[in-house]
Amino acid sequence: MSPAMSSASPAPSRLDLLAAMLRIRAYEERIVAFHDEGPFPHVCTSVGQEAAAVGVVSALRPDDQILTNHRSAGHLLARGADPGRLLAEVMGRSTGYCKGKSGTLHISAKELGVILTSTIVGGELSLAPGVALSRSMLGGEGIVVCFFGDGAACEGIFHESLNLASVWNLPVLYVCENNQWQAFVHRKETMTGDHVGPWAAAYGMDHLTVDGNDVEAVLEAATCAAAQVRQTRRPFLLEASTYRQRGHMEPHDQSYVDPAEIEAWLAKDPIDRLSARLLDAGELTPQGLEALRLQAREAMNAAAAFAQASPFPDPSELTTDVYA
Amino acid sequence: MSLMNAHEALGQALAEEMQRDSRVLMFGEGVATKRKDLLEAFGPQRVRNTPLAEGIIAGTAAGAAATGLRPVADLLFAPFLCFAMDGIVNSAGKLRYMSGGQFEFPMVILAMTGGGWTVGAQHNHNIEAWFVHSPGLKVVMPSTPADFKGLMKAAIRDDNPVLFFMDMALGFEPGEVPEGEWIVPLGQAAIRREGTDLTLISYAKTVHTCLAAADALAGQGLSAEVIDLRTLKPLDEATLLASVRKTGRAIVVHEAGALCGVGAEVAALLSEKAFDALKAPLVRITGPDAPAPSSYALEQAFMPQPAAIAQAGLDLVQRDALVGR
Ligand SMILES: Cc1ncc(C[n+]2csc(CCOP(=O)(O)OP(=O)(O)O)c2C)c(N)n1
Ligand SMILES: [Mg+2]
Repeated sequence: MSPAMSSASPAPSRLDLLAAMLRIRAYEERIVAFHDEGPFPHVCTSVGQEAAAVGVVSALRPDDQILTNHRSAGHLLARGADPGRLLAEVMGRSTGYCKGKSGTLHISAKELGVILTSTIVGGELSLAPGVALSRSMLGGEGIVVCFFGDGAACEGIFHESLNLASVWNLPVLYVCENNQWQAFVHRKETMTGDHVGPWAAAYGMDHLTVDGNDVEAVLEAATCAAAQVRQTRRPFLLEASTYRQRGHMEPHDQSYVDPAEIEAWLAKDPIDRLSARLLDAGELTPQGLEALRLQAREAMNAAAAFAQASPFPDPSELTTDVYA
Repeated sequence: MSLMNAHEALGQALAEEMQRDSRVLMFGEGVATKRKDLLEAFGPQRVRNTPLAEGIIAGTAAGAAATGLRPVADLLFAPFLCFAMDGIVNSAGKLRYMSGGQFEFPMVILAMTGGGWTVGAQHNHNIEAWFVHSPGLKVVMPSTPADFKGLMKAAIRDDNPVLFFMDMALGFEPGEVPEGEWIVPLGQAAIRREGTDLTLISYAKTVHTCLAAADALAGQGLSAEVIDLRTLKPLDEATLLASVRKTGRAIVVHEAGALCGVGAEVAALLSEKAFDALKAPLVRITGPDAPAPSSYALEQAFMPQPAAIAQAGLDLVQRDALVGR
């Protein structure tokens, strides 16, 4: 590892945070547009959860590693992924991060330190301690960040993962994006209490629950949590309270959701909140905001064009990469 | 060469590989307690006890393997693998492919199974075929102490996940084991006895059952070849086809049930690629489609026995005489 790899990146400005969230939103909206145009692969969008992704990933260093779940586009984009290669992967094209062999639900990008997108709910929790064990035993200062949902916290592997990471002193920053929904079931039906964070106490692990729709609050909490994991080489559980603004997957369907709940959470939209703050503080003008939005949309249109122009994998790829 | 049992041979393989490669580590329930010698030699970082949590043991092995370590995870008894299936099958077996080849999963999953100890179906279940059926995994199941050592060393050095099954009845049987650098490559069957009239195909403890049956058949004037598959995936097709092309008759023997088992695969292989050489239909002698019993009498009835194999061999040859081939 080069010294540059381990040094912290400069803290992002509020405008950087906004731009990063707008890119994620524009990416997901581009996917929604594809669905409006015709048949397109199912995708679990992260609309509404941009602050959790950008806040946490902005607190990381280049030598940190990430494991995530089916709703991973925000984490990947915040980590610097090329949206063209992401969309190409979603569309099964050979220019995707996984040569078109993962599809939307399993994108990994070793070059970015993204080890796994798991669509086995809890698969990321299952692998995280092992990745952190490699970090511990092979040296380096990097930590491992594991993003999972409130639904995954109900899997048995959640308990096994946190327990092992704690007894083995592994540098894992667990990040639960509690978006209130677990596919088509509200979390109120599946867990007592409103928060996953306090469950960490059972494993002797520190935890914090943060307003996951406030990117500055998430960044601050994640920076503290990551610093603690880095220094103590012990796990930490950060919970971001947030909301899945769209249906579980595209094509969109929220017919089973209480409209009042949606309305209440839309009022806390993370992008609106930060832009309002910046407008109030005079750090951004309405025209500036519009320009940022447009820039993000144009970038995603270019990404979509790249993906659409990309070839499918050759059929001979069907049986390659099965064995090393 | 020195005389040792399979447990000792495995211990020697583990110690030698841990000595050779600092990325090799071992963990599982009681591993550090039971393998004091490894713990003393390599320290608590590389020889670890785990919580009773097979799911995370397997997942941790997969995560560690993807990022530079070469773990050996001891899952104790094969039925416990049911708790570990996700890490093994969905992660270790699939994520190389799904990532477009970005990651490798050099890891070994060790588990015991098989009749002989009257432990019953929640400790004894020959599930090796499940993993043969899952892409991305390799499967070995040795029959001799020398192979326990040589296959374990090969498994640790392989860059793919390897399921390593120990037939527990073989654990304390002594055998000659070569010293030092002794590798048995994955995917190579062994011809345990040469013969010309029929081929007995097996792996693990029933290889010895087949050898006893071959002795009995020799007494009846029949010459049986005995093949020990050793690796169930990848299967050594060439050795199987060459033998059956020579003898024209085959009996597959294993303790696991017949349905969709290794014997079914061998039967399909022979009919696809050596149909013209077959003088008689292939016969399978296997455990029944029933949970492994714990009563001694029932367990003996569960396991293939030499007399049944020898009788099947005689019947096969006599059948030929009847149909005039
Ligand atoms: C092991 C497993 N069980 C069920 C599913 C189906 N499934 C996919 S996503 C999902 C909901 C997960 O909820 P949560 O962890 O809260 O994540 P979110 O979708 O809310 O981001 C379910 C049930 C699955 N993919 N894997
Ligand atoms: Mg959820």
